[in-house]
Amino acid sequence: MDSSVATPPAAPPPTPGPQRPAKGAAEGSATWRLTDRIGLAICWALGLLFCAIALAIAVYLLIQGIKFLKPSMLVTPASSGFSETETGGFSDALVGTMIVAVIGIAIALPAGIAIAVWLVEYGRPAVLARITESTIEAIAGIPSIVLALFGTVIFSSTALAFFSRSTEGVVFGRSFFAAGAMLSLVALPLIVASTREGLNSIPGHVREASYAVGKTKAATTRRILLPASRPQVATGAMLGLGRIIGDTAIIVVLLGATQNFAPVEGVGFPLDYLRGAGTTLTNFVYEASPTGNLNQPQKAYAAAFVLLLMVLALNAAVDIVHRRSRKVGTWSS
Amino acid sequence: MEFLNSPPPPIRRLKLEDPAAARQVGPPAYPANGNGNRDSVPGGFTGARRSIGAPQFSIRRMDIDDVSVSYSNRDAVKGVSLPVRQGEVLSLIGPSGCGKTTLLRSLNRLTELTSTAKLTGRILLDDVDITLLEPTLLRRRVTMVFQQPNPFPMSVFDNIGYVLREQGSRRQRKRSLEPAVHSALDRAGLFEEVKDDLDHPALKLSGGQQQRLCIARALAAEPEVLLLDEPCSALDPQSTQVIEDLIVKLRDDVAVVIVTHNLQQAYRIADHVAFMYLGDLVEYNSATALFGTPREKRTQEYVSGAFG
Repeated sequence: MDSSVATPPAAPPPTPGPQRPAKGAAEGSATWRLTDRIGLAICWALGLLFCAIALAIAVYLLIQGIKFLKPSMLVTPASSGFSETETGGFSDALVGTMIVAVIGIAIALPAGIAIAVWLVEYGRPAVLARITESTIEAIAGIPSIVLALFGTVIFSSTALAFFSRSTEGVVFGRSFFAAGAMLSLVALPLIVASTREGLNSIPGHVREASYAVGKTKAATTRRILLPASRPQVATGAMLGLGRIIGDTAIIVVLLGATQNFAPVEGVGFPLDYLRGAGTTLTNFVYEASPTGNLNQPQKAYAAAFVLLLMVLALNAAVDIVHRRSRKVGTWSS
Repeated sequence: MEFLNSPPPPIRRLKLEDPAAARQVGPPAYPANGNGNRDSVPGGFTGARRSIGAPQFSIRRMDIDDVSVSYSNRDAVKGVSLPVRQGEVLSLIGPSGCGKTTLLRSLNRLTELTSTAKLTGRILLDDVDITLLEPTLLRRRVTMVFQQPNPFPMSVFDNIGYVLREQGSRRQRKRSLEPAVHSALDRAGLFEEVKDDLDHPALKLSGGQQQRLCIARALAAEPEVLLLDEPCSALDPQSTQVIEDLIVKLRDDVAVVIVTHNLQQAYRIADHVAFMYLGDLVEYNSATALFGTPREKRTQEYVSGAFG
């Protein structure tokens, strides 16, 4: 807002004149000390190295995936057989991944947003807020296999028998519900963190502007603050989704890790599937890799490729949300 | 935006040798200071032309009665009493940290959002103690515009619509809000510029337009008192001019209280000026008197630029 009389507000910025040095050319490293120059070189090299690694993974999986992936695999469930042609595809795993993703995010997103709003906008009593904060950090640090074990304990209790298969009073404790619930804990810290970041980036005077026209804290949060932090919430949700569809430990322990859906008999759709065991793409890749029971590396590559595509699609979705929000603009300071 | 294509409005320059301004200057009554250097303490306030005429009427709307505000043992405002009148513009001036913004914020109980702030004394709105009013209702009657333009991240229309929609009521239809939105934008002098862009994001407007949108938003609640906290400090001179003209026009409909760092601005648009220093109300008087013939030595020094 430092436009003077000569340049009216909102006019396009003048193109830089020839006397203005090009961006980045202002300072070369020629005059730096040797250690600084070595440091800079290491930064460059590491940056390039990680680009190369990411590219290598993507290209390798792309080549292998295109070579081995057949469209029929996406619609055929796995079946037993003696050759790769007889064992079908991984449609159950693909659908399973989507189911746990939906369940996980359906729990984690509202809970994460609620926790973040409480921490940033209310946060009283301060002691409780601090405890909540460290708890979330602790959950973020717990390995998912530990969460999985804990989940089996919880979901095997008779009180939660509804969420899985039970025979003669013994609760199986493994189902899409159980896995989805525990996976939501994996996504939760990411959603809380990025929602907090979004809320914190809104200047305080914007909140006050809403209070100053007689709006309550609740109305301000719902109509101003949450819409304004939508890009960060979306980022958190996408990162969380990525973690959910990428998790293997909880699937192996809490989803039963069957090769096909194992719906509970005598229960209506869709509860029969959700209460039953199943599999996901990560588990399929693990089983189909040379270490697993199936040992069909070609299908492992195909499934891994599909998994990679899903993650890339999530990244693209985050990008779109961010670009949309840039159209709305932001405050000047 | 046709605003950009039209020729810019004339800029009011500060003419020091302007005869009109010279007439307002008080007598160089300030005695020579200790070291005898008269030039360092010029007498009286010269510099600006008043753009506000004598008030047509004035109705007492708010009374600030011996108000003190402290933030955890630090006194920000110490026992200030002031009237706020409709039909007049009241300006609070003073150096940074003198408590003028705190005083302004206490008028619609925004100070309560700071947990450490403690207020004593009474503030009356139409003879009712504001602590007896529901804060949300009070803040609809006493609205506020901030230093930084802060439209909400939604369309121009929705920025006003957000204020108009009653708390807890069902979302009203856009059509039914239209007249009120247009009227608020019109009163803030923004309607002609944005009437074709009501669906555009408000944060894409220019800074001056954003600030006028914030004023429109504050007016949409149909307030009785409008508080302005340095509304022009983030704006260029042209936008400042537009907003000053707007403030002068608004004084008959709402009581206007404006905090400003800019003495010329206070002189141009205020009917009454209150000078605060370190939390104390040093002097309260009509603008011409306060700038022309200040009673207090500190006022004299401040308006002549000896400190600040």
